[in-house]
Amino acid sequence: MRLPKDARWLQIAFLASFLILGLLARDFPLWHAPLVFAACLATQIACERILRRKPAGLLSPLITSLGLTLLLRAGAWWVPVLAGVLAIGSKFTLRVRGRHFFNPANFGLCCLMLITPRAWCSPTQWGEGAMVLLWILVLGCAVAHRAFRSDVSLAFLGSWTALRAARVLYLGQRVPVLMHQLASGSLLLFTFFMISDPKTTPRAPAARLLFAAIVASVAFALQLRFVQNPIVWALFFCAPLVPVLDALTSNEKKETLPCALQSVVSSSP
Amino acid sequence: MRTAICGFVLALSAAHPAAAFCGFFVGKADSQLFNKSSQVAIVRDGEHTVITMGNDFSGEMNEFALVVPVPSVLSRDQIHVGERRLLERLDAYSAPRLVEYSDGDPCAVRRYPAMALGAMRSHVAASPVAERATKALGVTVEAAYTVGEYDIVLLSANQSEGLEIWLRESGYRMPPRAAAALAPYIRQQMKFFVAKVNLKEQRKTGFQQLRPIQIAFDSPRFMLPIRLGMANADGPQDMIVYAVTRNGRVESSNYQTVKMPSDVEVPEFVQREFGDFYQATFAKAWRGHGRRALLTEYVWNMGFCDPCAAPPLDQEELRGLGVFWLNDQPGAYHMGGMPLTLTRLHVRYDSEHFPEDLMFQQTGDQQPFQGRYILRHPYRGEISCAAGSEYRKELDVRHRQEAATLASLTGWDAARIHAGMGSDWPGEPQQPWWKTIWR
Repeated sequence: MRLPKDARWLQIAFLASFLILGLLARDFPLWHAPLVFAACLATQIACERILRRKPAGLLSPLITSLGLTLLLRAGAWWVPVLAGVLAIGSKFTLRVRGRHFFNPANFGLCCLMLITPRAWCSPTQWGEGAMVLLWILVLGCAVAHRAFRSDVSLAFLGSWTALRAARVLYLGQRVPVLMHQLASGSLLLFTFFMISDPKTTPRAPAARLLFAAIVASVAFALQLRFVQNPIVWALFFCAPLVPVLDALTSNEKKETLPCALQSVVSSSP
Repeated sequence: MRTAICGFVLALSAAHPAAAFCGFFVGKADSQLFNKSSQVAIVRDGEHTVITMGNDFSGEMNEFALVVPVPSVLSRDQIHVGERRLLERLDAYSAPRLVEYSDGDPCAVRRYPAMALGAMRSHVAASPVAERATKALGVTVEAAYTVGEYDIVLLSANQSEGLEIWLRESGYRMPPRAAAALAPYIRQQMKFFVAKVNLKEQRKTGFQQLRPIQIAFDSPRFMLPIRLGMANADGPQDMIVYAVTRNGRVESSNYQTVKMPSDVEVPEFVQREFGDFYQATFAKAWRGHGRRALLTEYVWNMGFCDPCAAPPLDQEELRGLGVFWLNDQPGAYHMGGMPLTLTRLHVRYDSEHFPEDLMFQQTGDQQPFQGRYILRHPYRGEISCAAGSEYRKELDVRHRQEAATLASLTGWDAARIHAGMGSDWPGEPQQPWWKTIWR
């Protein structure tokens, strides 16, 4: 069977299967997803028209919508709408050298959590079903590989795991504690579908690895201070480093970008 | 060596008649006292936290002891002995409930409003170590107070083995592996709140049972240290957590939190066996989530309830629990509710499935939820109209559905359910004629 050339189709299929799981087997409210999708798609179209950009297709806002739907929980109807508008709006407005650097879904999620207590993120909503996690891991790897960004995902996961393991050892806790901390559907969603976003990670391979390690370290520091959802916040705070790392590594030749990645990058809004 | 020690956590579960204590509990020599259910209220806004630890201890008073890791050395003013009735009120207000409706005469078509039957109420619902030795063990007695019927010491320690020896030598009976359970808290620079009963003071109170201990402190950690209580646990323990916050529902941030199955119609006989029914329903839901989830039993704004299993707590009772942010003006809050959400979480935990302490987060979810099970009494009077036969058919369908719901909720077998329903069980639906041809 031939897989679609654009890796984003795989991402959409994968995230959509998660959404279906959330709607059928978890307590996802039905009203949430349509509002996020409508807000993201409408903002994308509106921004393209206002800024007279060439339409870049709806795959990218669709992925943002799915990411937001899966991570953001809302206690009021306007929360998902505003999150969608801010997420997509950030792609068009917060740009350095023609490139946006905030992951849109992460930006929308964090802004809403900053603005209102009616927005939150439930890191444990998926449960710890081993099969589900394995499923995510395997498929997630495949998707990340298609986008040629498995380096970021794996570097983040490796750094995060190493730091968590060191902490568990330091505290004199047992191995199951570490396994419990890693058995989180939200961690894997973040690893393979958020931090792996090729458009919001540095271009140079070494910079990407460094970026992943920095995000993991910041998340670890936040967790030591008992900040909830530390990995989501860490990416938000570290995103401005992306243009800095890009500037520092700008002598890298663009041709080193893999073909698939170029196709993804060129479709930016 | 006569004082028992108990790890964190205390008291009841509405559905678990076997009242017991939990934790690092050690009875008299060789007598095994297991504390398998406990209740604790956490009032929290920002970093201000008040914890009320309910206490069902029923052994000899001089055998009671409690060890709770706390974030800092508490002053005398931060410790209080509360009233038992406050937790009982929280339990009564938030317990899973059975409601009933009665069918009207089908010939007159009329319904009666719902009426609460009432909640399923909880039926279960040292000698000091010499100073030199203390130093050598790396233990520091940071403070010592007598509060109500309790003698309390606050300890800090450099190493878990030293603390274990100190507690042992001070007359506390420590379970095996206690040092391993204490170590992570020492590494996190936490202090230890150790309480035991002062018999003289206890006699003065005139109470037969111990009152709950309350502690108030500031901490960025929204958590309950359950690991200590597992050191001598035999099988899973139950804990009811009443979380009281300003903005919305509380959930665990490191374990899955799910809602109990609710708002379903069950056969009438469940009224007689509600305790068994709820225990079975809880156990099945708990197993269904891999024994690793917290079950939400109630979420409601304390300003009102519908139906009320018991009246909401008044402001004085809430203040007694540590709620400090309410406006004391009479009539400040009306039916619209008050800035206060109660979440009742039921945790059944053991060492294997809960390797870490419970961490919590407040969400922005203000959607009310209650564990609510519905009885619909059929019309049992004379039926003498054409609509009556239609009603009887509908009733058969409904009773089959109720039996199926009950089986799916509790896992009870069909024979038990059919026997309980008695003449209400209409029998299996008639098989299609072709099913009997080619057997």
